[in-house]
Amino acid sequence: MPEMLTYLLRRSAFLVVSLVVAMMVIFVLLRLLPGDPANALLSVDATPEQIVAARAQVGSDRPLFEQFALWAGQMVRFDLGESYISTLPVGPEIATRLQITLPLTLLAFVLALLLSLVIGITAAVKADTWYGTVLSGFAQLGIAVPVFWVGILLVWVFALGLGVLPSGGFPRDDWEDPADALRSLALPVLTVAIVMSASLSRYIRAATLDVLGSDYLRTARAGGASLGEALLRHGVRNGAVPVIAVLGIELSTTLLGAVVVESVFTLPGLGSMLLTGIEQHDFANIQGVLVVSTLFVLLVGFLADIVQRLIDPRLRARVAGAR
Amino acid sequence: MKTPLALAATIVGAALVLAGCSSSTPSAEDAADATIAIGSLYEPQNLSNTQGGGQGVTEAFNGNVYEGLYKLTDDGKVEPLLAASEEVSEDGLTYTITLRDDVTFHSGKQLTSADVKASVEAVTAEDSKSARKSAFSVISGIETPDDTTVVFTLSQRSISFLYNLAYIWIINADAEDLTTTEDGTGPYTLDEWKQGSTLTLTRWDDYWGEPAANGEVVFTYFTEATAQNNALLTGEIDVITSIQSPDALEQFASNDDYTISEGTSTTKELLAFNDRVAPFDNALVRKAVYSAIDTEKLLTSIWGDYGTLIGSMVPPTDPWYEDLTDVNPYDVDLAKQQLAEAGYPDGFEFTLDTPSYDPHPVVAEFLQSQLAEVGITVNINTISADEWYTKVFQERDFEATLQEHVNDRDVVWYGNPDFYWGYDDAQVQQWVAEAEQAATTDEQTALLKQVNEKIAADAASVWLYLYPQIVVASSELSGYPVNGLNSQFFAYDIVKS
Repeated sequence: MPEMLTYLLRRSAFLVVSLVVAMMVIFVLLRLLPGDPANALLSVDATPEQIVAARAQVGSDRPLFEQFALWAGQMVRFDLGESYISTLPVGPEIATRLQITLPLTLLAFVLALLLSLVIGITAAVKADTWYGTVLSGFAQLGIAVPVFWVGILLVWVFALGLGVLPSGGFPRDDWEDPADALRSLALPVLTVAIVMSASLSRYIRAATLDVLGSDYLRTARAGGASLGEALLRHGVRNGAVPVIAVLGIELSTTLLGAVVVESVFTLPGLGSMLLTGIEQHDFANIQGVLVVSTLFVLLVGFLADIVQRLIDPRLRARVAGAR
Repeated sequence: MKTPLALAATIVGAALVLAGCSSSTPSAEDAADATIAIGSLYEPQNLSNTQGGGQGVTEAFNGNVYEGLYKLTDDGKVEPLLAASEEVSEDGLTYTITLRDDVTFHSGKQLTSADVKASVEAVTAEDSKSARKSAFSVISGIETPDDTTVVFTLSQRSISFLYNLAYIWIINADAEDLTTTEDGTGPYTLDEWKQGSTLTLTRWDDYWGEPAANGEVVFTYFTEATAQNNALLTGEIDVITSIQSPDALEQFASNDDYTISEGTSTTKELLAFNDRVAPFDNALVRKAVYSAIDTEKLLTSIWGDYGTLIGSMVPPTDPWYEDLTDVNPYDVDLAKQQLAEAGYPDGFEFTLDTPSYDPHPVVAEFLQSQLAEVGITVNINTISADEWYTKVFQERDFEATLQEHVNDRDVVWYGNPDFYWGYDDAQVQQWVAEAEQAATTDEQTALLKQVNEKIAADAASVWLYLYPQIVVASSELSGYPVNGLNSQFFAYDIVKS
């Protein structure tokens, strides 16, 4: 498929350009903040010489353009620099944090997907029954509820009330004892999954309703297929296209939503690194986390676009037609 | 269709199964080897006390991992630690300090006078970011005639010299980069620092003094107070070093499993005027503002029954404390009268630079409504901590601001006309200078009391209240410090029964 190859090339170029633009935006926005990152290193008793030395250390005494060039130069070498404050290299620190944030995001995503498929399809197929209505109601409610509130509620029930799961934190030996690590992730994963499945199941319900009302489904059923067979053979593929676009966005949202969830559950992941980075004005850490998560979001969008095209020949035809 | 419910049940079930396979809790653990889990909101930024590690590194390391020649006890006294004895010359300019000869660093090296010299020089070095740097500008020379003797020569008398030395950690001079590791002499060694999560200290068996009463200390860091409280409720931590909001205290107060201790803090909430600019260059205006504020009501609205009112910069743990809360009483009529006398019968308008974090925004709104009663309009300008540092502290571009001042013995800043608040009184400057060069502590105390009284009479700033220092701990725990002076938290006496 040469059309697909051209598309891949074009799409990859777009990804690279987006990343560069995002880097510039991140860099400039941070510099627009009032104050000086060197201040984080100083106390209220600092002498003028200490202030000068601190600015030199973090490089905030150089022209903005030079600072960006330095940073971009590092990035090309896949070096995210060193934290202003802890002086630890940012890259390895992010890698450590991802050991928590990635499993959290992916587990929550899979769980949310399963939940919302069941809820969304049931709510659509059984729209005229009482539990179909209840499930739609759950989805509506779920959208209105903030993530941290669900987290607090779950902590209240499972940690403070029943005492069966920890209220937060992550084992000191990380994944050495996977059961222990999973226990720590259980509530955060559940929190994210519940909130995510609420919005996701609405999309799935809408997509299913679309399919149910379609001519091709009626035709298939007229040809003798049961509802289940017709849905499986013709419905899934058609319904999947809009859902996958949403899934891509939701997966990205989950990663970014980790900031809130990790703070509620005291998980030392990417989100808490970003939060402390912002509190401490540690530009190196903030930039590192933002670039990595931007890359993640761009890659997910990239994959979602490609999967959509693989599923739906009409989209591929559109690319070919444009030639 | 039962599928959705069945699936939900499976998920909850799976969570419960996972919950069931929790690691077995060591129940019959010997108290001497117990692990003490300490909850804190102040994670160190790095592990050095000369590179801006912040109060977190002091809390975790001071007295636990690193030791000074002297230590500041929980009740504010200065006692020898690595120093065995000292001799002060008649003129107060030469301090000859003899070191203990039985101290080794965690790396195994014996402590010598060279390490002391290097540690002090690290704090006074050009690239040092130590908050204490300026206190040591009086040192004109450090000599090490032998391995256990250090001789400090001062350019002028400094009655606080030994006190200031308590802030300097003695570090192995041969150690390399210590921003992520340590080499101290304290009763614990650093086992592991997991950034964003925990810092673990292990008892060091070769410690020169009394060994720690517990086997391991885990500082667990939280970014959110509720999460921290929950962890104490579920037993994941044993003690919280410093409660920052009274809201959560009720759940512990009503439960015998927890003990709440209120110690004395040194953190003062200030309405700091820029004394250089009109109308705050007029003491009468400052006094009027002070008298227009019901500080008692403010304290109650923020801290409930906790906290203390103060009438000057000096907290009760400083030797020169005296109760000056009556100097500028809450009296709206008096405030109006003073304003009229100062030439502002209809009040005036000013901008209050308010740091965006708690409790400052709440305090600002309280002041806004109180000062409105005497005709003063307050425009609240919310700024970040970082912006405060640049705009207010460095550039002095402000009319008035709110800030918490955490240090003990910091009334002396009123003797520095270049400090951000710009209080400029020749008499006070002279007293502060004389106090530092006093021959005896009595003389020093008497002079600083005079400073106290003068700044209160001038309402150099409004000292709104003194924060409470509240430690909440499991009732199984004993031996923890309650005052939290200088953000330190000695863990070595903590016993878990």
